[in-house]
Amino acid sequence: MAKAATAPDTRREALKRRDIRLKEQARRAKRVRALVTPEGAALNLKIATASERAGAFLLDFALQIMLIIASVFVIAWMFSSMGFQGWAVAGSLSAVIVFLLRNFYFIFFEIGRKAATPGKRALGLRVAARNGGRLTANAVLARNFMRELEVFLPLSLLLMTVEDEVSAWIRLMGIAWTAVFVLFPLFNRDKLRVGDLIAGTIVIHAPKTRLKKDITSAAPLAAATAYNFTAAELDAYGIHELHVLEDVLRQSTREIKSRVAERIRDKIGREKAAGEEDLAFLEAYYAALRARLEQRMLFGERKEDKFDTGSKGPQEGKTP
Amino acid sequence: MNDRVMKSYRFREEREGDWERLDLIVTRAEKRGVKALSDEDMTALPRLYRQAVSSLSMARSISLDQNVLAYLETLCARAYFFVYGTRASMGQRIAQYFRRDWPDAVQGALRPTLLAALCLFGGGLLAFFLCLQDMEWYWTFHQGWDPRNPDASYDSLRDTLYTEETNIADMLAAFAAQLFSHNSGIAIFAFALGFCFGIPTAVLLVYNGVYLGSFFAVFWQKGLGAELTGWLFIHGVTELFAIVLAGAAGFMIGGAVAFPGTKSRMQSMKEAGHSAALVIIGAVIMLFVAALLEGFGRQMINADMTRYVIAIGSLLFWLVYFYWPRGQREAA
Repeated sequence: MAKAATAPDTRREALKRRDIRLKEQARRAKRVRALVTPEGAALNLKIATASERAGAFLLDFALQIMLIIASVFVIAWMFSSMGFQGWAVAGSLSAVIVFLLRNFYFIFFEIGRKAATPGKRALGLRVAARNGGRLTANAVLARNFMRELEVFLPLSLLLMTVEDEVSAWIRLMGIAWTAVFVLFPLFNRDKLRVGDLIAGTIVIHAPKTRLKKDITSAAPLAAATAYNFTAAELDAYGIHELHVLEDVLRQSTREIKSRVAERIRDKIGREKAAGEEDLAFLEAYYAALRARLEQRMLFGERKEDKFDTGSKGPQEGKTP
Repeated sequence: MNDRVMKSYRFREEREGDWERLDLIVTRAEKRGVKALSDEDMTALPRLYRQAVSSLSMARSISLDQNVLAYLETLCARAYFFVYGTRASMGQRIAQYFRRDWPDAVQGALRPTLLAALCLFGGGLLAFFLCLQDMEWYWTFHQGWDPRNPDASYDSLRDTLYTEETNIADMLAAFAAQLFSHNSGIAIFAFALGFCFGIPTAVLLVYNGVYLGSFFAVFWQKGLGAELTGWLFIHGVTELFAIVLAGAAGFMIGGAVAFPGTKSRMQSMKEAGHSAALVIIGAVIMLFVAALLEGFGRQMINADMTRYVIAIGSLLFWLVYFYWPRGQREAA
């Protein structure tokens, strides 16, 4: 009796989760910009999020500061050991280093082959021309000189000393005004800074991905044949569940794998056979499910997830 | 279906080798540049790239392996950026910048340059004559902390113009201070604020001119005009020229935003931004040169005559470098 009462609840729960997932998917799809190459193929480039870009900037900034501190110590030590006013010289020379870093650090790295500073590289970002053409040196120069306005002006306002109430108000207004530039990337679709706007550039998220082994090598396929899953058993899940299963197989622990295997057996109503390995079962099921879904996809039916039952499902009117 | 190997599996098996080879070539090129690639790699690259791109569109329609799709997506993007990326080395680019791009950009910005010069020197002259009439104006433009004000004596003013004893540490300090002086800040902001229709740029330039003009008036009144000119212009020619050029870069962007013509505002701003960037990086280099002249030149050279020679020499140098008509052979 209790079971009958909870069943609709869990289903409602599952549907709610699905809604959240679809919304998340739509949000992610908004980040993608198609770039049509001269060959006529579309590359899906992902726009870097504002937080990724802020993170990359903080990394670069920290790196610059460390460089400056290290250089001050090295120069001071060098000149002191030569019996010369070490610290005074180091102070002056470090100003030169600050000047060079402030003006040329970003430019140097972004003109380079990877079109990214070390901070951007660490987060898998790179600069690209907005129209998909070449990223020119001029564009890199333009986007980085605007940094002065977006970083150094607000910073110097923050560090400005305040003597009386009037200058405090002036400072506050200055900060509010520069906040427009600092927060600019949050308020446009492509997450452009003012510098990007002027230079016609865009920052994309293109991390290096390693090609991993295909899960469906010959062994699971043969095993899948041995299991002989029925069409009804394979129709229990859709593409989303397949992808989740792929992630489980590639990166989760043994316990999670056996729990997932348990749930799948539950769902498709299969008893665990004696001596059956959970991993082998999952791989075999993955292979069989992928084969079936790919085959259906070739005929033009994408079964997005387990709720997707063709035309009369709850997701009617959803874009594929 | 279970007794045959899957289509997507076979698809991957057939092409995997080529993808990995492309990956290797692109990785090598990203790390060590085009020169690291062998002739064999270079000839294989276009074919491998096209194949990867077609694999990607095929994989999208037949494979449900997330990893393969993500891999191909990033591989193609990286290869695309490499194949259609720029080829010139850093050295070539820098050489081309000094030989052609910089003077061309400055020449092309003649009208904004004149406008910026008008703002700066117009403001300077205005303040100069105002202050000569009534020194009280000085206090409108300056705060009190500067000892070089109208109340200072002739001798103390004169002392600020010449350096008796110099050592290298002092020179370095002066040089460093100049790099972060008021003026270099003004130059960069004159550019960066240009996109607000150029108005902040004009204000900054006029303000800086006023500051300078009133300062000049103080020395002029005490009969130190000629000495100050030497002191100021030994590096000031280069520095003020840099400020004018930075202002011009700001006006270029401001003009492009305000009057985009037939282009879209974004497009117009982008194009102006590109040529303005060439002008502004030149201005930064000039500020660096000016700092060298101020830090070392001015401290070591205390004769007015030599200071004038350097000032006029540097003016001639910049004018000839920027505006000397260059042959059309490069454009043709």
